[in-house]
Parts: sequence; C-alpha cells; structure tokens
Amino acid sequence: MTAQNDRPVKAVLGTKLGMTQVWDESGRVVPVTVVRVGANVVTQIRSIENDGYTAVQLATGQIDPRKVTKPLKGHFEKAGVTPRRHLVEVRTSDAAEYALGQEINAEAFEAGAKVDVVGTTKGKGFAGVMKRHGFAGVSASHGAHRNHRKPGSIGGASTPGRVFRGQRMAGRMGNERQTTQNLTVFAVDAEKGLLLVKGAVPGPKGGVVLVRSAVKGA
Amino acid sequence: MHILDSVDAAQLRTDIPEFRAGDTLKVNVKVVEGNRSRVQAFQGIVIARRNGGVRETFTIRKISFGVGVERTFPVNSPVIESIEVVSRGDVRRAKLYYLRKLRGKAARIKEKRDFGPKA
Repeated sequence: MTAQNDRPVKAVLGTKLGMTQVWDESGRVVPVTVVRVGANVVTQIRSIENDGYTAVQLATGQIDPRKVTKPLKGHFEKAGVTPRRHLVEVRTSDAAEYALGQEINAEAFEAGAKVDVVGTTKGKGFAGVMKRHGFAGVSASHGAHRNHRKPGSIGGASTPGRVFRGQRMAGRMGNERQTTQNLTVFAVDAEKGLLLVKGAVPGPKGGVVLVRSAVKGA
Repeated sequence: MHILDSVDAAQLRTDIPEFRAGDTLKVNVKVVEGNRSRVQAFQGIVIARRNGGVRETFTIRKISFGVGVERTFPVNSPVIESIEVVSRGDVRRAKLYYLRKLRGKAARIKEKRDFGPKA
C-alpha cells in the first residue's frame, strides 16, 4: 500500500453556496467560500479483508425515492439509511473506526485545518486557444488580418507531415473534476452546517464539492 | 448573494452613522504598533461611497502638508474604532473625484443647511 493512503482522512460532501468576505482578528479582509454541509452518512466501509484496501463511503442529499434503482435501494438498506443523492468513497486508514449509518457533519473540521476541495469546474463550452490554454493570440496591428485570437502555427510542413499528438487546440473547456489543494478552513458554523473555506473552490454556486483533509504539507 | 446574507449579517456594524459623499468625517482608526494599539484620527471629505452590504467602502480625502491624501476604508471594518460626522456637505454628485483637480478655495464644499424636518 502506498503512503498516500496510509493516513487518516476526514471528508464531507457539501454544496458551494458562494463567496463573501469576513474579517480576521487582526482586522484584515479574508475572502471565503461558504460550503453548506448537510448530514453525511456512512453507507459502506471498505476493509483489507473484504476489499484489499480501507475506505469509507459517504452519502448526502435528498433524492426522490422513485428514482432510486433496486440495486441502489438494497445498498442503502444494508447501511440502514434512506437513499441519498450523492455518493463518494474516501480512502482513509482509520476506516474501521466508522460505523455504518454514522452521521458526519461540518464539525468534522475545525477552524485552521488545511483541506483539499474537489469539485466540478464551470463549463465554458467550446473555447478558443486564448481562453482554453492561455495562448497569446496574434498582434492587434502590424498587418494582422482577422486572426487576432487564432493559435498561429500548429507544426511543420512535409516534415513531419502531420500534427503532433497532444497539440493544444480549441475545444470543450471546463466541466471537469478539479482539486484545489491546501485551503484553510477559516471557521465552522456547526449550527447552520456551514464551512468557511479561505479562497476559491471549483464549481458554480450550488455545485457539489468534497472537502477532505489536505494531502500535502501541514 | 441573498443566500449568504446570514453569513454577512454577522460582519455588519450597526454603530456607523449615516453619511454620504460631501460630508466631512472624522474616522478614528485603530493602529497597532508592535504589541500596543492606539487610535489615530483621519479627518477629511468623503469623496466616494461604493458597493453595498459587507463589501461597502468609502474614500476620504484630505490635504496633509499641501499633499492630497486619500484613504479607502471598508464601512464595516473592525479597524474603524468610531466615525464622527463633522459636517454635512451640499453636493450634487455621488462621486466627488473632481476635487482632486482643485486646490484651496475652489476645493471647498458648501455646508448643507437643513430647513424643516429631515426626511
């Protein structure tokens, strides 16, 4: 087993509510993202004996019972909880300490903790190379004609006679999983189930995000 | 941003007096020097008040030793110890950036005379 999975990880699923600002004790403005963490329940525990690795599966969110398939229904019944909308598995070394059906909320984290936040970025549609890859484009003048946002050359001519694989071009941008690492939890509001995370978090308002202990550094 | 109003509400200050562009304010600012803090006053004309809610800020301009000095404060900042309204100005704009080009007598602002009850 790799060292990466050898540490205890705390994690919760939440909804990004948006960004605002708060003041810290020295009177400085801190930009924060507010993440609402509803009740998370443990739906499955992976163990070395059964699965070859240790992890916990968390679930959260409401779902119309008619939309739950029979196999999923059985899966939730096994854990003794009502069906939930979102499921995620988190590898952690202390999986055995969790119990099926156990509830986890925002209090899993405390102010000052370092976390990674996983989300799905905003979809940008079909985007050009300037937006998608940060290309510089073409000059506004000096004879440039109707090619201001074009990529320019994409390779040689008869040698190599093809475009190299992996050449960055225009295409679909965004709507992909992204992890923002090493954010700090500024405050935890257990009463309202809110996490205030310093800095920006991937995804639109209302997007589902996974907040978990930071992989890197202390 | 209505969803976050409850988060913002805790940050808002209620002890800030009403004021607008053209008013002369005395802002008592907390200054931390090493491990002791004191209060320093910054007095001047409000030339702008922008944004709203928790992000609202105002800009104060004064002439210090012949040099124009401007400071922008967040309205709800805990750095502000208190605000005193020294005088109300009679101006016709919300942003008084034109004052930057004016000096001396021309940079004065008429004081507001209130007749009758204030709305």
